[in-house]
Amino acid sequence: MNTSLITRPLAALGATVLGALAGMGRLTLFALSTLRHMVTPPFYTREFMQALLHIGYLSLPVVGLTAFFTGGALALQIYSGGSRFSAEAVVPQIVAIGMVRELGPVLVGLMIAARVTASVAAEIATMKVTEQIDALVTLSTHPMKYLTVPRVLAGLLTVPLLVGIGDIIGIYGGWLVSTQSLGFNAATYLQNTVNFLEPIDVISSLAKGAVFGFIATVMGCYYGMQSERGAQGVGSATKSSVVAAAVLILAANFLLTQAFFAI
Amino acid sequence: MIELSNVHKSFGSKQILRGVDLNIPRGESLVIIGGSGTGKSVMLKCVLGLIQPDLGTIKVDGEDVTKTKDRDAFLARFGMLFQGGALFDSIPVWQNVAFRLLRGALKRPRAEAREIAIEKLRRVGLSPDVADQFPAELSGGMQKRVGLARAIAADPEIIFFDEPTTGLDPIMAGVINDLIREIVVEMGATAMTITHDMTSVRAISDTVAMLHGGKIRWTGPVAQMDSGDDPYLQQFITGSSIGPIETLR
Repeated sequence: MNTSLITRPLAALGATVLGALAGMGRLTLFALSTLRHMVTPPFYTREFMQALLHIGYLSLPVVGLTAFFTGGALALQIYSGGSRFSAEAVVPQIVAIGMVRELGPVLVGLMIAARVTASVAAEIATMKVTEQIDALVTLSTHPMKYLTVPRVLAGLLTVPLLVGIGDIIGIYGGWLVSTQSLGFNAATYLQNTVNFLEPIDVISSLAKGAVFGFIATVMGCYYGMQSERGAQGVGSATKSSVVAAAVLILAANFLLTQAFFAI
Repeated sequence: MIELSNVHKSFGSKQILRGVDLNIPRGESLVIIGGSGTGKSVMLKCVLGLIQPDLGTIKVDGEDVTKTKDRDAFLARFGMLFQGGALFDSIPVWQNVAFRLLRGALKRPRAEAREIAIEKLRRVGLSPDVADQFPAELSGGMQKRVGLARAIAADPEIIFFDEPTTGLDPIMAGVINDLIREIVVEMGATAMTITHDMTSVRAISDTVAMLHGGKIRWTGPVAQMDSGDDPYLQQFITGSSIGPIETLR
């Protein structure tokens, strides 16, 4: 029997596994290095303020629209599903818990991955292929401090805020649909929502936001910095960053949900 | 001032530099010529520490560039004009030029940095109204000149020029060559230029070095270049397709 028929697939499998492990190692070192640079000077305030604007403020419309429509659709679904066993009245509570604990953070995280991760990866990858990163180094400026730290710090701080805003708009979307077309009383709906939510729901939501913000921006910076030469390299870095950020956000969401709410 | 000794560099199985030895005295303008892909840019990036050599030493004023303690102070001695300009397209021209003066050890007040940037732009033949434009709004020649202004903004001791005339029309190439020569003479800087453009070589250099096969094939004063008896050098400077240099690379 030809042994290469057995060894070749094994070698290919081994190379893939080793490659994946090496990639995870590089990513972990990159994330740790980012955290280290966050607490050591110099700090680039102007770049940080710009990142706050681009990552936080300019993401508000997409986050708001996503949360609003999701909250509205959620109210319709819960009403329709609840009516099968005469539980239509739980709409405010389920919309609140669904938005705050899960849909708010996850949808905002995915929207940030689509909007911010892609743009950060494309921008940094383009800077790399046009030698702008090399130029930064020759101008005595550490690319990690100048490009990565402001963006990651902005993601860490603004995404929880975006999640909080998304939660409120999502609940508002549910309230609007419920009061305008499902016959709920406006004040009672809000009262039920407020009474049902617990501090841990809000804390978990904001904590997820911070973790997702970190993941989204780190992935954008990492893949941008790792980009190969040429337009294909930029495209590939952008695609990989969004896919990796989305998958990691969903995985982190599961782990955080388990950490906060597993009984 | 700059000494390269037995410098080797490979990327995977591809050996780029196979033992480069080169000396550049202070105040001299050295031009490195050689075919595409022979490792000229890699050599330059090794000197700047952007790429680590696999073997050999690179010293600037006797200090090993891979072991330098204060990297910022080391890099502050250099200015570099990149092949494509490498201007930061998210900030206006004057902030590109004054980049080093707006942050780090050489930081100046914003107004002063802007004034210096405008003066450097004027030095390379650009009017002050270019200062507030963004790099994408400029032509290729103007971008090169902005890159040149950025390279000289902090009055460096050593300036590197990577393909300074590539992609420019002959007149603009001539303007850039004259500017480089003037600036190098005026500032007394040590210059290292990479180019394929033989007009640039004659306009800019005091000394020429030819890189081929990962090693310095020929080096000597520019005046002796045409009479050099190295067949590789002669083929390169005459642009002949017949000779020892393989045309299929």
